[in-house]
Amino acid sequence: MSLNRADIENIARLARLELTEAEIPVYVDSLSRIFAFVGELDRAPTTGIAPMAHPLPGLAQRLRPDEVAETDHRELYQRNAPRVEAGLYVVPKVIE
Amino acid sequence: MSLPAAPAATVAELVRGLAAKRYSSVELTRAYLDRVAAAQPELNAFITVTGEAALAAAARADEARAAGRGGPLTGVPLAHKDIFCTEGVLTTCGSKMLANFVSPYDATVVAGLRQAGTVMLGKLNMDEFAMGSSNETSYFGPVRNPWDTARVPGGSSGGSAAAVAARIAPAATATDTGGSIRQPAALCGVTGIKPTYGRVSRYGMIAFASSLDQGGLITVSAEDAALLLGPMSGFDPRDSTSVDSPVPDYTATLADSLDGLTIGLVKEFFDDGLDVECGARIREAIAVLEKQGARVREVSCPNLPLSVPTYYVVAPAECSSNLARFDGVRFGHRCESPKNLTDLYSRSRGEGFGAEVKRRIMTGTYVLSAGYYDAYYLKAQRVRQLISADFARAFGECDLLLGPTSPTPAFRIGDKCDDPITMYLNDIYTIGANLAGLPGMSLPCGFVGGLPVGLQLIGPHFSEARMLNAAHRYQMETDWHLRVPAAFA
Repeated sequence: MSLNRADIENIARLARLELTEAEIPVYVDSLSRIFAFVGELDRAPTTGIAPMAHPLPGLAQRLRPDEVAETDHRELYQRNAPRVEAGLYVVPKVIE
Repeated sequence: MSLPAAPAATVAELVRGLAAKRYSSVELTRAYLDRVAAAQPELNAFITVTGEAALAAAARADEARAAGRGGPLTGVPLAHKDIFCTEGVLTTCGSKMLANFVSPYDATVVAGLRQAGTVMLGKLNMDEFAMGSSNETSYFGPVRNPWDTARVPGGSSGGSAAAVAARIAPAATATDTGGSIRQPAALCGVTGIKPTYGRVSRYGMIAFASSLDQGGLITVSAEDAALLLGPMSGFDPRDSTSVDSPVPDYTATLADSLDGLTIGLVKEFFDDGLDVECGARIREAIAVLEKQGARVREVSCPNLPLSVPTYYVVAPAECSSNLARFDGVRFGHRCESPKNLTDLYSRSRGEGFGAEVKRRIMTGTYVLSAGYYDAYYLKAQRVRQLISADFARAFGECDLLLGPTSPTPAFRIGDKCDDPITMYLNDIYTIGANLAGLPGMSLPCGFVGGLPVGLQLIGPHFSEARMLNAAHRYQMETDWHLRVPAAFA
């Protein structure tokens, strides 16, 4: 399976990754090779086989009571934020 | 380079030495910090050294011991892979994206080992977001293999393996998504254990592929792993896939006899890709286990050769979802003067992630995208089921499986950087256990051309105690795990 420049640009846009001009041909090549490699899976007969999403079969997703378990850590957490004003995360204007 | 002497060979020895008051934790911690500082220019195993905090924690450990409090591990120094969140300490995950991230909380693993009294020396280098098999994808530069500094230590837990191999840390935490504990342990001549999926909490362990990631240890010996695994294991309500089953005392059964143990040699592990000399070391190790009373038989897992392609659909898919959280808004790298919100996301991510991480995010984005989901993602999940069924069948015939950990000894830095597939195939023998959620270990079993070779054990779910037992019995008869590279002796 071979991908082209437009495929890579589209995948990068979906993944919100800005690529440099120099990176695009590198990913065209390496992703094409990866998809040729994973294409091997087509050889495995899997009719009637259930997809396995979790490595411990039968383990049900646990639920917990809907109770407050955490206190407010906003100030602590915002110390890692690139830009904060008045306790709010600042991003470029979204609505004109 | 000349290093101050290492205070002891193993954690077990440190435990005895501390109990006998042969040294204090402060003395021990200082000795290891001196070794870390001396070896750092050569190995680059650490990203952050927390010397002052370590000495303060060691002093508290000494006070606790003097007051008759604390447990066997009180005052034992160790280091954490930089994928584990540590409160108030830089936690980078080997990435530019998190190069300035100071974690506001501790991972459950870190808290558990601290509660047991261990002293953190610092945070260990790793492949970026644990994506790599050579530690060459770290934003903080490659780690070097203490056995030959022109070679890789393996990855992604390369810092953990190199630090323990060079005895600059007595033990280290690590994580394993496709072999990231076992493969570097093999390449550095140390012991590595990846527990059963769900045994060790993933809370505060930065996520790569959530259905595969599992925390574990890199140590000198199986006995050391048994000592440390207890305090880091167990049910954690903060991890929704943590398993609620009791944690046995892993040290209690270490020396049990191997009489009646049936070990399966996985036929598919002894393929054309396995270096002939490495294969010879594995066969020598099998003979040692047989002498200990183990019975050996060949078993087949016919779908196992498909584990690498399966993994390179499942792991990138989960990675692309998990890494969507890095958007430059609340933490992590943010680009300069973003034009709009999309530009903020795309440039922050484009600049913050390295080449391999971007490759995996894009691979995952593609296999999950409309029109390809069934062909790639669901197909891979079906093959994952077949691989798991192969293991389940094999465990109907034997107690543990055995094979090599890695097809070759450590390769040269730069040798496998050009082709991702060549790099991915380093994990051909380790990935199966992750897909099936099984516990696995790597043990040093000899050398090829002066480089260590690793023997892999894989057990059924929650068979850590049996695996550690077999490993310990093997290490009672051999001393490969006690060999130290000359430059770091």
